[in-house]
Amino acid sequence: MEGPLAIAIGVLFGCAVYLLLQRSRGQAIIGLALLSSAANLFIFVAAGVGNGLAPLVHAGEYLPPEGAADPVPQALVLTAIVIGFGLLAFFITLSYRVYRITGSDDLDALADEDGPQ
Amino acid sequence: MTATWLLLAIGGPMIAGTVAIPFLQQHRVQVAAGVAGAVLQAVAAIMLVRQVATHGTVVVQSGGWPAPFGISLVADHFAALVLLAGAIAALAAIAFATMNVEEDRSRHGYFVFSNVLLGAVAAAFLTGDLFNLYVSFEVMLIASFVLLSLGHARRQARGAAVYVTLNLIASATFLTGAGLAYALTGTLNFADLAERLPLLEHREQSLALALLLLAAFVTKSAAFPFAAWLPASYHTPASDVSALFSGLLTKVGVYAVARTVTLLFPHEPVVQQVVLFLAGLTMIVGVLGALAQYEIRRLLAFHISSQVGYMLMGIGLMSPLALAGATFYMMQHMITKTSLFLVSGFIERGAGSGWLPRIGGLYRRDPATSAVFLVAALSLAGIPPFAGFVAKFTLARAGVEMDAWLIVGVSLAVSLLTLLSMVKIWVDAFWAAEPAEFRWHAPPRRLLMPAAALAVISASMGIFGAPLVELALTAGEELATPGTYIDAVLGSRAGT
Repeated sequence: MEGPLAIAIGVLFGCAVYLLLQRSRGQAIIGLALLSSAANLFIFVAAGVGNGLAPLVHAGEYLPPEGAADPVPQALVLTAIVIGFGLLAFFITLSYRVYRITGSDDLDALADEDGPQ
Repeated sequence: MTATWLLLAIGGPMIAGTVAIPFLQQHRVQVAAGVAGAVLQAVAAIMLVRQVATHGTVVVQSGGWPAPFGISLVADHFAALVLLAGAIAALAAIAFATMNVEEDRSRHGYFVFSNVLLGAVAAAFLTGDLFNLYVSFEVMLIASFVLLSLGHARRQARGAAVYVTLNLIASATFLTGAGLAYALTGTLNFADLAERLPLLEHREQSLALALLLLAAFVTKSAAFPFAAWLPASYHTPASDVSALFSGLLTKVGVYAVARTVTLLFPHEPVVQQVVLFLAGLTMIVGVLGALAQYEIRRLLAFHISSQVGYMLMGIGLMSPLALAGATFYMMQHMITKTSLFLVSGFIERGAGSGWLPRIGGLYRRDPATSAVFLVAALSLAGIPPFAGFVAKFTLARAGVEMDAWLIVGVSLAVSLLTLLSMVKIWVDAFWAAEPAEFRWHAPPRRLLMPAAALAVISASMGIFGAPLVELALTAGEELATPGTYIDAVLGSRAGT
């Protein structure tokens, strides 16, 4: 199962980089969304994908049973998804505000005007 | 060994910021909470340095979980010293902000978010866990996003857009690195990673991880080639925000680079060479960018990047003396740089602009401001007897001892150019005749106090700084022998 997922992650990273290299802010938003999804999926696959048992420790023992799934990447990816979602929401709001101010979706409209303000 | 001070350094500002949220409409409560959080952190940082100096590395295993399983919080000499300098710089910046922030911005959460920022910076310095470092970075980022975009200026929106985009890309890179670290070793604890990474079967795996993490941290520390976001954004928000950022944000990136190079990959000389290479280019590109600027804060922003090069130089050389130099450099940089940004905020408040062709004659109008600027600027350029000289001298000496002549030559040449760009501000703003349209509305004298206090600290760090240098030397020793850190964190494991 890791093979197809690895290819999917690669495609996601590729699309994200392509979109981030465009001049349009709208495409940059989608690019960042794909980038964080790709990173999340990468973590998810980090511990291996399979039909693991639930990592429950039986009473009186200190280790989960043999063949249990690794719960750490799931905890990590959950945190990362929440953080990524929050940041993306902020980024979209900010982009909208920049659009309102500059009236353009083009990143070049952001080029810094040198001079006294 | 008590954990109080370590936890207070992170929790103090976090709690103060949170408590202030229901009272956003009351400016006075906001100011009080903002100052309280910064003071708590400064006190905690001083006590933590004392604790580390007497008892050695302080380790807290959160939730009582033994080392590689729970989240460890670690304060060694390096972390405690950098935290102390950051807390003092932040306290001064917030003291300035209490006099400079309008009610509108405080209603929108200036003091809440600046305190969250302080807590997150402390958490990043003190965490012993790669994923926890990621979370601290994100908390710090979101707080800085809000601070950066509070306001209405057109160019502020532009600066924020560049800053946010590049930092989000760096965060995704960091997250991928954390995932790769876990996939390769099955752990995220720094000490545990440091033990397992050298045992990896394929060297390419560990190199890929090193470069992924470095790319993220180099972006955060505004080093070449990912420095563009800093000079595009730092001069755009209100001066109190720039001052707060200038001392703290990039240094967290440098701190992360230091941990990566010294703790996780001391067995990969390539990583040190890459850092050293980037250090030289960062110094040069930053200072050349600074020389071309005509706005005080913009010029200073380019200098942050240039100075980050010096810190990376110490990390890349990786001898105990060089690491001590990097530690001391970070400390004095936080203090000095914040002081310079606060002076420029004072000047902008009085003159209405930081645009050099529009100001002049400040030396005659306001000798006190000139004195504060001069001390901080000379310290930045590394003129004896100020703190910047001690830091640069230590780095240069470490370089000479290792026969790294090229980087030493570059660092000395860049020092001269730094002095030149400081002279440029001095001549244009302080000595030149006043331009015709120049109006100076002298701001209240108390607005200069935070900058003056930092300038005095910066000067005395150079003149009476021997105890601090001793501590920095211990920090360098500890960084160069990762075993100290590993034993302190995983020590509890040996007993079981």
